Amino acid sequence: MKRGRMLTAALVAVAIVASACGGAGSGGTATKPDVIVGSTNFYEQITLGELYSQILEANGYKVTRKFNLGNREIVEPAIESGQIDIDAEYLATLLAFVDKDGKIAKPTTDPKETQTGLQKALDAKSLTVLDPAAATDQNGFVVTQAIASSKSLKKLSDLASIGNTLVLGGPPECPTRPFCALGLKNTYGITFKDFKPLDAGGPLTVAALEGKQIDVGLLFTSDPSIVAKNFVLLDDDKHLQLADNIAPVVRNALLQKDDGTLKRLLNSISAKLTQAELNDMNKQVAVDKADSKVVAAAWLKKQGLIK
Amino acid sequence: MTALGDLFRWLTDPTNWQGSHGIPVRVFEHIELSGISVLIALVIAMPIALYLGHTGRGGFIAINVANVGRALPSLALLAFGLVIAIALGLGLGFWPTVFALVPLAIPPIVTNAYVAIREVDRDVVEAARGMGLSETGILRSIEVPLGLPVILSGVRTAAVNVVATATLGALVAGGALGRFIVDGLALQEYDQLMGGALLVALLAIATEVSFAALERATVPPGMVAIR
Repeated sequence: MKRGRMLTAALVAVAIVASACGGAGSGGTATKPDVIVGSTNFYEQITLGELYSQILEANGYKVTRKFNLGNREIVEPAIESGQIDIDAEYLATLLAFVDKDGKIAKPTTDPKETQTGLQKALDAKSLTVLDPAAATDQNGFVVTQAIASSKSLKKLSDLASIGNTLVLGGPPECPTRPFCALGLKNTYGITFKDFKPLDAGGPLTVAALEGKQIDVGLLFTSDPSIVAKNFVLLDDDKHLQLADNIAPVVRNALLQKDDGTLKRLLNSISAKLTQAELNDMNKQVAVDKADSKVVAAAWLKKQGLIK
Repeated sequence: MTALGDLFRWLTDPTNWQGSHGIPVRVFEHIELSGISVLIALVIAMPIALYLGHTGRGGFIAINVANVGRALPSLALLAFGLVIAIALGLGLGFWPTVFALVPLAIPPIVTNAYVAIREVDRDVVEAARGMGLSETGILRSIEVPLGLPVILSGVRTAAVNVVATATLGALVAGGALGRFIVDGLALQEYDQLMGGALLVALLAIATEVSFAALERATVPPGMVAIR
């Protein structure tokens, strides 16, 4: 009974996907295929989905939005199977996800290298990763504006000489993790006065920074509170973190139906998407509760990408 | 068996007994956190319970209101306490946890103190009143001393509950023994996790035993024979 129903559901799903693909090929102008943009389930992903959708719509593509689908475990199979055509991904994390044992390539701290490795892993899945943006969503270390100015801190290597006077805060596992305190010690030679176990880039870390219980905190590089609380994100100048730059991933089938415009449009977004620009949009959506549709449209206009 | 071995190694590793993250510091933090929470609960609960017990009025309402404290989930109170503490600039860890622990400690203190005073033989109280003792005098020299073992057993229940629950503080960046449990889980270091849990259990038992001894010691001389 149950199996029968599931089979029916699967067949219906296949039929819908098939008809969608068929419609794309035959309907409308031959050079502008229909596009389904997908996203995972948090604000940054929805804003990125809006950016991709709106630039395509402004250039005559018919876009269907399938946002908030769930985590990568759901979205990655969805793009592989053609339920969506485009999504925004993070180079190193996606590479580690699609090539779990690192047989094809291992993520590195270099975006270009990681992109090349990721492309190799995606070839088998008939997917293409386009140009990565400068913006990332990875482990970042922040200080308050007051500490940054008084100790003139801009980059992580500035901490090497004064680390022993500062308290680091982060998730409890931070001291033993290569991309957290252990990496700071090995790559930058920073040893802190003390470590305070908090949460993984969450409200406790933000509160502890504001309350001066810690001096340096681990947050994600695109965390909206960096802009909202005027924190200073220290530049990872010796490249400790793996390159989790944001890049569009597209089905090869879609690229083949297109004349190259789609690729150019999506790459034009990546070219302008710096960390500061992304964080500002994240803050507008997550802190000021602005509509991601409106935020994305305003940004595309400001960058001269749409009229 | 390996788990027990790991636990034993963790407990006997000298590095775990040193520094600002060592076992002695965490035990001290745990006692400090629990002690202050119980003290605050005493200051709030005891005057109300003694007054109601002495006058014999409103006891039903008091006990039921206090019992609401038992129904409030400590985890929710902790989250609420965190928001309040951040807003007041009290910081993370200590005060949010105190906020969660005080409502947990109040119900047994109120209930026991109220019952302790009510259960004092009314003939004794009437005799005291007849001899011209003031109402506060009756409470101070008759009702409280005679009821003290029962009052203290309420405090004991409260203290044991608080010691066992103070581990929650580690979730909001507090110290105390919960640190070992939360960090052990995050690091998948189960020796640390079990060590922390064992230390909390031992501290709770030690609290129970000390209060039991205190209760025995405070039984008024006149009542020892009756027992």
